[in-house]
Amino acid sequence: MKIHIPTPLRQYTKGQQTVTVGGTSITDALQDLTTNYPELRNHLYTGEGKLRSFVNIYLNDDDIRYLPEKEATKTGDDDELTIIPSIAGGN
Amino acid sequence: MPTATMNEVELPKLSNDEISRYSRHLILPEVGMEGQQKLKAARVLCVGTGGLGAPLALYLAAAGVGTMGLIDFDVVDASNLQRQIIHSTETVGMLKVDSAEKMLNGLNPYMKVVKHNTMLTSANALEIFKDYDVIADGTDNFQTRYLVNDACVLTGKPNAYGSIFRFEGQASVFATKEGPCYRCLYPEPPPPGLVPSCAEGGVLGILPGLVGIIQATEVIKLILGIGEPLVGRLLLVDALGMNFRTLKLRKNPDCPVCGTHPTVTELIDYDQFCGVEKPKSVGPLEVARDKAVGDAAVVDGIPQISVEELKRKLDAKEDVFVLDVREPHEYPIANLGAPLIPLGELEKRVGELAAQKDREVVVHCRSGARSQKAALILKNAGFKNVENLAGGVLAWADKIDPTMPKY
Repeated sequence: MKIHIPTPLRQYTKGQQTVTVGGTSITDALQDLTTNYPELRNHLYTGEGKLRSFVNIYLNDDDIRYLPEKEATKTGDDDELTIIPSIAGGN
Repeated sequence: MPTATMNEVELPKLSNDEISRYSRHLILPEVGMEGQQKLKAARVLCVGTGGLGAPLALYLAAAGVGTMGLIDFDVVDASNLQRQIIHSTETVGMLKVDSAEKMLNGLNPYMKVVKHNTMLTSANALEIFKDYDVIADGTDNFQTRYLVNDACVLTGKPNAYGSIFRFEGQASVFATKEGPCYRCLYPEPPPPGLVPSCAEGGVLGILPGLVGIIQATEVIKLILGIGEPLVGRLLLVDALGMNFRTLKLRKNPDCPVCGTHPTVTELIDYDQFCGVEKPKSVGPLEVARDKAVGDAAVVDGIPQISVEELKRKLDAKEDVFVLDVREPHEYPIANLGAPLIPLGELEKRVGELAAQKDREVVVHCRSGARSQKAALILKNAGFKNVENLAGGVLAWADKIDPTMPKY
């Protein structure tokens, strides 16, 4: 499946806007992503391995926080994950 | 449909001059005479007159909004003009609220401009917000984003939100009665330093124009009560791919501000909430925020060396190793001829500097913030004598080499 990488995090994915990953759940997909791009781990997860609260992840059009199985939700090859970063610029 | 709360007892009349001016609105059935009068009655607060605030305020002035509040404590700098089109070359050095007022009144003398030449704080936000119907958040830091959100929820004012980073923008309408607020989406801010600001990361000049005008569109829709405002939706703008996408947002019942059992019932200390140092004085936002490197002689164990002292050492041919930790694309703009290892690569590449470990090492960047971080990395890697060049190449251009450009 595809993961869309937002601008602030592209410096950790060699500039790629989308990354194709393997796995059959959201957790697998993110695991695959951070294995291939280890510098992303600190931006997505806390030291205790929990997803950081200012990082929003959408499976297609849905916030995974509101999916019944959250990160354990099963995914297929046609699904897309989008990472929504917290940005504050305006000046 | 959510509309801005407004006293609609009696809408103000339009003069014949105003009717001529707004004729393209008046012949639109969705606006019409009543809509234009609603715009005239509306009071919009524009928080920040920077990249987002500039196009936002200009279009709202053109559209006939009757009262526009402007909050900004900054002065116009030449580097603002790449995107902040409400200011101009001749107003460089002026207070931004004065400069903006000049342009806005030039565009539409019928609009009343209320200037708040101040920093928005927990102490003044509720008092300022109470006089407005819609708030447009065009600020540049997380502290003020959370402050604006909470003040909007507490005063019941909708927040036309926009934010930008490099080539990417986000917009939404937060804090309406039925919709989510900013905290429903982002319960907590990222730790300081994880997300660079526009001043550090750069921004494509037209992007705030694009996003600010989306905010202005939402403000107008809220005032008129037409269309589908971005309530419960987050618009993502990718200027490079020119993709626009909206994602569904949900109101979080456990939200500490707008949830069913709120725990934040008054404004808090947002500097503390975001883990940043309180700004010590009124000054440009980025200076206030990046205060980590102050004027002290030693900061976090790293001696701060002045550009004059470095110049003296170099002229005297003392044994000093100078390291530049900026990004490669910054080097051709201005440099001191020093070898370059970007801050982000320093930990990995520190081995390349093994021969310098016992020498005096002076680290520099553009203004002294990144080089301070780099100096700490080197010190932790066992470098014996590392100093940070206070003020970076900007100070060098100011005090040593006036022919060097500043960026």
